[in-house]
Amino acid sequence: MCLAIPGRILEIRGTDPLSRTGLVSFGGAVKEIHLVCTPGARALDYILVHAGLSLAVIDPAEASRLLETLGSPEQEHD
Amino acid sequence: MKYLDEYRDAGLSRKLLDGIRSLVTRPWVLMEVCGGQTHGIVRHGIDQLLPPEVELVHGPGCPVCVTPVRMIDRAHAIAGRSDVIFCSFGDMLRVPGSESDLLTLKSRGAAIRVVYSPLDCLRIARENPEREVVFFAIGFETTAPANAILAWQAREQGLTNLSLLVAHVRVPPAMVSILESPDNRVQGFLGPGHVCTVVGYEEYEPLAARHRVPVVITGFEPVDLLQGILLVLRQLEEGRSEVENQYPRVVRREGNIVARQWIDRVFEECDREWRGAGWIAGSGYRLRPGFEAHDAEKRFDLSGVISAAPGPCLSGQILQGAKKPHDCPAFGHACTPEHPLGPTMVSSEGACAAYYLCGRHRDSRRP
Ligand code: SF4
Repeated sequence: MCLAIPGRILEIRGTDPLSRTGLVSFGGAVKEIHLVCTPGARALDYILVHAGLSLAVIDPAEASRLLETLGSPEQEHD
Repeated sequence: MKYLDEYRDAGLSRKLLDGIRSLVTRPWVLMEVCGGQTHGIVRHGIDQLLPPEVELVHGPGCPVCVTPVRMIDRAHAIAGRSDVIFCSFGDMLRVPGSESDLLTLKSRGAAIRVVYSPLDCLRIARENPEREVVFFAIGFETTAPANAILAWQAREQGLTNLSLLVAHVRVPPAMVSILESPDNRVQGFLGPGHVCTVVGYEEYEPLAARHRVPVVITGFEPVDLLQGILLVLRQLEEGRSEVENQYPRVVRREGNIVARQWIDRVFEECDREWRGAGWIAGSGYRLRPGFEAHDAEKRFDLSGVISAAPGPCLSGQILQGAKKPHDCPAFGHACTPEHPLGPTMVSSEGACAAYYLCGRHRDSRRP
């Protein structure tokens, strides 16, 4: 139920903050997603979506930091 | 799929498991709070790969599972009315109430619709002005912004035929209730990553300090889960009890401010009944004054709804981490996903369904 999945915004629709939506691709399947809670989301951003609503713009720097930290033996698990 | 595949990498998972094995010196009991985490842990067999000193118990974080039968019966009473279109997330349809479930009511002719997003109800209400449209607003903090925006828009757009049956729950009071139970065994938590994406983790800091329990806000993929487990274990071994964030690619300490403002505009905290745990103070959301017209419990007379005493299902104890699916005599026999006797067998995030779907009803040796 708290499942939220990442998707990529292909196109933004509308400018009104309350009704702005994005066409979002989830590995190829495209859905229209409400962007009201992520006003900073732009086309080509990856967002986290739950129940048709975008909850966060995924931070690419934080995402790669975790993987780099785990991937480099000298900094293992830190 | 980017942001999923990298976090399912076998090499990184092995490395984290090695780290966990070399770190652990004595037995520890950890709880993963969220049902999505339970599902990931069981599906990837993570609990069976951990060293024998580390036990994972499954937490209450499945909203379908914790919604009490009293609320399910109220939903059924509303859904059975001929003037109502009842909208729900699909997971709720097969949860047994005292007499029936929504799927059976639907087969008898009730107008029950499964929606992907609560906001789909706005269109349904507009298209059916002669019918009452009711949404079963269950969920944790993760779902609260969508449900809040639904109620707000219903009022703004003057949709007088649209209301919400609100059964919203909040995670931190449930964690406190588990910690304060005399039977508690939990020494550290994997915190709920998507709940904290919305509301942040400030509220967890006093909880961790007061109860001397580490909380690591954790994601849902194998690499996330293993790193979360490693961070909790490291705190336990070092005698620390802090809140750490394993999931910073979406979780910030303050959460999503815009989403929190929506929750705040529409909902206020209230006491709520949980399956298994009973009433917990401050553990829910209800609609604020000003939204009475969109509150299904105020729109419909539900005073005649009486719920049966709970049957032999152990889901309440399973949700408290006190029992595991194998402890239930019905597990895999009388109770299966095709014929669920309790909610933890219905939702794929329920521990009973997660165990069953991964074939664990065939293996009685390992819980
Ligand atoms: S196996 Fe079925 S009856 Fe037993 S606790 Fe799980 S849901 Fe309840």
